[in-house]
Amino acid sequence: MGNDGGTDWLGQSGKTRYSVWSLVRNALAYHQDWQRAWRAPEPKAEYDVIVVGGGGHGLATAYYLASVHGITNVAVLEKGWLGGGNTGRNTTIIRSNYLWDESAAIYEHALKLWEGLSQELNFNVMFSQRGVLTLAHSEHELRQMTRRVEAIRLNGIDSEVKTPAQIKEIVPIINTDPTIRYPVMGGFFQQRGGTARHDAVAWGYARAADALGVDIIQNCEVTAIHRDGGRVTGVETTKGTIKAKKVACVASGHSGLLAGMAGVRLPVESRPLQALVSEPIKPICDTVIMSNAVHMYVSQSDKGELVMGAGTDAFNSFGQRGSLPVIEHMLAAAVELYPIFSRLRVLRTWGGIVDTCPDASPIISKTEVDGLYFNCGWGTGGFKATPGSGHVFADLVARDEPNDIAGPFSLKRFEGGYLIDEHGAAGVAH
Amino acid sequence: MLMIRCPWCGEREETEFHYGGEAHKLRPLNADALSDREWSEYLFLNHNPKGVYLERWSHARGCRRWFNMVRDTVTSEIIEIYPMGSLPSSPEGKAAYESNWRRQTAAEANAKGEAASSEGDGA
Repeated sequence: MGNDGGTDWLGQSGKTRYSVWSLVRNALAYHQDWQRAWRAPEPKAEYDVIVVGGGGHGLATAYYLASVHGITNVAVLEKGWLGGGNTGRNTTIIRSNYLWDESAAIYEHALKLWEGLSQELNFNVMFSQRGVLTLAHSEHELRQMTRRVEAIRLNGIDSEVKTPAQIKEIVPIINTDPTIRYPVMGGFFQQRGGTARHDAVAWGYARAADALGVDIIQNCEVTAIHRDGGRVTGVETTKGTIKAKKVACVASGHSGLLAGMAGVRLPVESRPLQALVSEPIKPICDTVIMSNAVHMYVSQSDKGELVMGAGTDAFNSFGQRGSLPVIEHMLAAAVELYPIFSRLRVLRTWGGIVDTCPDASPIISKTEVDGLYFNCGWGTGGFKATPGSGHVFADLVARDEPNDIAGPFSLKRFEGGYLIDEHGAAGVAH
Repeated sequence: MLMIRCPWCGEREETEFHYGGEAHKLRPLNADALSDREWSEYLFLNHNPKGVYLERWSHARGCRRWFNMVRDTVTSEIIEIYPMGSLPSSPEGKAAYESNWRRQTAAEANAKGEAASSEGDGA
C-alpha cells in the first residue's frame, strides 16, 4: 500500500498513469500496490491562491490554475471530505440547453470540456452522453420550449423538439396517455447531454491537481478571512492561520457565510435540494428524463438504481436532510408517468444545500475586497458546469479580470440590472 | 415536515403554508433617493443566516393570514411565532433582529423616513 513511486505522467509527483496495463499489473498483485491518488499534506504557511471548498468546482479551479496558468502554489481547503457536499449529492445531469447567449456560452464551454475530461485527467469520470429529454406537460410549456430550442440551436448547440410518439420511442416505459394529471404533450432532446460519475469528477480533478503540486487539505474549515486595507491576506482555519495572496471561494450553500466573514454580501439564499435513489433494478431507462412542471428528473445509474431529483424545500435551510413532502409530491407524478416505478422501494433520500440566485444564474466574480473571488449561486444545477466553471474561474483568479464567458456573471449585474434570467432552463423553481 | 402553529388555526403541516422570506424588510418610501447599489440591496439581498432567522409565513391553504416566525435554519426548531407589524420578544429573535446588517442599510433608513441616503454608502 501507499506506493508513491512509478513513472511520471504529469511531471511532478511521480504518479503512475492509469491504463489497462496498470490495471493488469495491479490485478496480478492482488490490488495491494495501488498508489494513493493524492497526498494528505499539512498546510504551508503561505500560498499564492487558496481555494475554499473541495467540491468539483473548487478542485477544478485548482487544477486549471495549475495546468492552464502555471500557478501551482495552491491549496484547496475542504471542511469535510472531498466531494462530500453537493458534488456527492446531486443527480449528475449534464446538459447545455439554456436560453440566453451568456448561459449557452458557459454551459457549452463546460460540455465541451466534459467530452475530453476522462482523457485529460487520466481518470474515468464515466461521462455518458445518453441524452437529456425534457418533457412538456401543457401546450404553453411546449410552445415556450420550442422557442428555447430555436435559441439553443442559434447558439450552435444540439437540441430538437420531440413529439409524444418520438418520446415513447426514446423512453418505452413512459405513459403517454393524454388523460393523466401531467400528460406528455411533447418535449425536447439534447443528445450530447447525459450523466457523469460525481465522485469520480472530484477524485479525478483532485488527483490531477495534486500531481501538479496543489495541496489538498481536508478537514480544514475556514473560520475567518483576513484582510489588510481592503486586500485579502489569508484565512483562519481549524488548522491555524494560512496566508494567501488570493482567496477563491467555491462553497455553494455556505458561500453567503464565507462572504460575510469578509463583509461582502451575496444575493444568494440557501435551500435544501431533494433527491433520492430507488433500489437497483435491471436496465429500463437509458436516457435522462426531466420534467420541470413536476420537478422531477430521473436517470438510471450504472449500478441500476433510479436516481431521482425533486424540488427544493420551500424555505431557507442549512439542514442537509431529506424532506418527505417534496419527495412525495415528485413521486406522485413520477409513478403516474412511469407506472413501472410504482412497485420500487426508495433506498435513501437526502438534501444538499444549494445557493439560489435571484435570476437562477451563477455568480463568478471579483468582490470589493482585492484578491477575494466568489464562484457560487449555481443553485440547483451546478454539477453540469463543473469543468467550465473551474476553467473560467481559474482564469479570473489568475488574471484578476473576467474573460468573455465569466464577464456577464459578475456581482455587478445586480446593480446594473443585466440579469440572466434562466428560471425556465434551471429545471427547478427557485 | 415542519409542524407550524398558525396563531389562528393551531398546529398544521408545512404544506398548508406559503413562505414569504425575510421578515422586517421594509420597502423604501423614496426609491429615487437611493443609488442603484442601495436599491439592489433592497431588491436582491436577503439575509441568509445559518442559525436564527426571522421570516414571514402565510397560512395559504387555511385562514390565509400572515404572521412572523423565528426559526433556526440548521435544526428547523421554531422558536417564536408573532404577529405582523411587531418585533420578536424571544431573546434569540431580538438578537437576530438587532444583528441583521439590514438595520444599517440606506434602504431601511429610507423606509423609516430617516436620514437621506448618501451615494455609495450602503453599508
